[in-house]
Amino acid sequence: MLKYTIKRILYSVLILFFVMFIIYLLMYSLPGGYIQTRAQELASKPNSTKSYQEWLDFLNAQYGMDKGVVQGYFTWLGSAASGNLGDSWVWTLPVTEVFHNTVWYSFILGAVSFVFEIIIAIPLGIKAAKNQYGFTDYFASVFSMICISMPTFFLATLLKYVFAIKLEWFEISGMKSRDYINLSEFGKFLDVAAHFVLPAITLIIISIGGLMRYTRTNMLEVLNSDYIRTARAKGVPEKKVINYHAFRNTLVPLVTTLGGSLPGLFSGALITETLFAIRGIGHASYQSMLQADIPFIMFYLAFLSILTLLGNLISDLLYAVVDPRVRLS
Amino acid sequence: MDNEKTKKKKKSSYITTSESRKITRFNRRITKKLEKKRESASKDPSLYTTKMKDPENVVEFDNVCTYFFTDVGVVKAVDGVNFNIPKCSTVGVVGESGCGKSVTSLSLMQLLQRPMGQTVGGEIRFNKGDGTAYNIVNTPNSVMEKIRGNKISMIFQEPMTSLNPIFKVGKQIDEVIILHNPEMEKEAVKERTLEMLDLVGIANKEGVYDMYPHELSGGMRQRICIAIALACSPTIIIADEPTTALDVTIQAQILDLLRNLKEKLNSSIMLITHDLGVVAGMADYVVVMYAGRIVEKGTAREIFHNPSHPYTIGLMKSKPVVGQKVEELYNIPGNVPNPVSMPNYCYFRDRCEMRCDKCDGAYPPEVKIGDTHIVSCYRYIDKGEVLGQPKSVDVEELINE
Repeated sequence: MLKYTIKRILYSVLILFFVMFIIYLLMYSLPGGYIQTRAQELASKPNSTKSYQEWLDFLNAQYGMDKGVVQGYFTWLGSAASGNLGDSWVWTLPVTEVFHNTVWYSFILGAVSFVFEIIIAIPLGIKAAKNQYGFTDYFASVFSMICISMPTFFLATLLKYVFAIKLEWFEISGMKSRDYINLSEFGKFLDVAAHFVLPAITLIIISIGGLMRYTRTNMLEVLNSDYIRTARAKGVPEKKVINYHAFRNTLVPLVTTLGGSLPGLFSGALITETLFAIRGIGHASYQSMLQADIPFIMFYLAFLSILTLLGNLISDLLYAVVDPRVRLS
Repeated sequence: MDNEKTKKKKKSSYITTSESRKITRFNRRITKKLEKKRESASKDPSLYTTKMKDPENVVEFDNVCTYFFTDVGVVKAVDGVNFNIPKCSTVGVVGESGCGKSVTSLSLMQLLQRPMGQTVGGEIRFNKGDGTAYNIVNTPNSVMEKIRGNKISMIFQEPMTSLNPIFKVGKQIDEVIILHNPEMEKEAVKERTLEMLDLVGIANKEGVYDMYPHELSGGMRQRICIAIALACSPTIIIADEPTTALDVTIQAQILDLLRNLKEKLNSSIMLITHDLGVVAGMADYVVVMYAGRIVEKGTAREIFHNPSHPYTIGLMKSKPVVGQKVEELYNIPGNVPNPVSMPNYCYFRDRCEMRCDKCDGAYPPEVKIGDTHIVSCYRYIDKGEVLGQPKSVDVEELINE
């Protein structure tokens, strides 16, 4: 198992190298990038002493973008490997600091909705499969279909309208109330938590449908299999058939999907964060992306790539834990 | 005339939207009613306790009707089946695919896919051993769970998929023992499991105990399934085509094993198969089924030496015989009738090569042509005692009850 894991990690490093190169290439060739915009700005100032082209060359040299793609990539890779990830052009802060300032909001939001997604979707899927074509099944199916098809912006607006405008339970957007500074420590925590309720609900509702359908399909497949019939023929009570014999088998494909959603916890929810003005990583990366902030984007995408590869590895390892057929000796 | 025939055919397989809706509504109503009936029986044990007609039998099937309420109509998978399984004997149930063999056995286990599949009529009496019997048809699930795997156990036809892939083989045998003997100590359970593994002829029992199903071959897995079925010393073992998925050498081994175990454990076996060779070697009694009904039953000797129903004769003829040279193996012409709309005459009439004028009448009654030999055919109506017809259940009436 250890050998397999090490092999997988080495492969992952190789994949990462090429993924990062492709991203760098794309960022590099992006028209209307940050540097061009800056040069335009500086050249059009009334007391500008240099022309646009002169500014462009100057800035390119300053930011180290005059070396060509391959060399530029290796320079970035070298400094990144030695721990220096550079400064963000847009936020004028070290990349890691921008990341640190924003990621935890996204992580909390992601983690909370992830936990609730599992708690709600999996039991609901199992219940639906148990009563196939019954009321619960139809209800759950319709509900999940609504969840899957509802666009985030529409749902968020709807929630805002009902809970923020009509009922006035929560605030419409933002992360802190106006009197945040005057609150006690615990009050501050509650205040932020209250602001996260609506975004969290939005995320839960849009993610629940898919997982529920997936659980239901897998459970149905397992329930129709021969070994479940064997279990019933042994006289195993129906409850135990579902919760022990069938559920363990349903878990096999579920674990793979859940392991794969690890990067989702850190990547932030771009649309939801923007709609609710939550300054998370999704929001920050969106802003950086708009202005072609190469150091920050490179860092953010590298981080996501690592998480994705790690998620795949984890789901493969978990697969072996739940399914003896793929266990390697 | 030809034109008329095709028109009729089209009609029988085509369903309009309103018809389909009607069927669905009807199915929902009737299955709900039947489920309710079963639920209410769970409170009163007298509703599912009866007496055996003959205390020497383990199981008596008495006009059992198991229907499936499908989207195209009611499928009468088993329709008025009558036969007994005596103590310590093997009864072979033979017939082609889809003739209701497996559904008969699943009715005995109450493992039909509910609520779609329901035993709507008749009695399945299972001998308790103390003079009374369970009527399996009305027995609630909570009681059935104590009977399944304990008194009645089953071996399925697909050993490759019949074991749960994520639990160790030993644990799967342990489970059935613990379930029906909750007072047993852990060590005793394991000991019993190892004993069972030994019994079914697994050499490396300690090693196999800790293996997963995927590490075993098909024959080994079937042995494990047999060990699970035998673990609680049941009074009857249902073997539903236990050798179909195995190759011939393993088939012989498994059949030998079953034969020896039956003698050791004093259990009855209900052997379901379409392999006449298997039946000839194993069974004491043979039941031949066709399209959900029994067409002939008797001792193995009677069936093999004196096959009487044209269908049985056809089956015997279509079996290759060693040492006999034939140009082409015989096959029974035609197909089984559509299970949704069964004819009201003999189901085999249209395929029969020996049909006579009487065959145009109603479904033939059972005729007793020997002490134990019963056949459902008009050709024998003058040659023995007429016993009566199998009775169908009118589902329309059932809903108005």
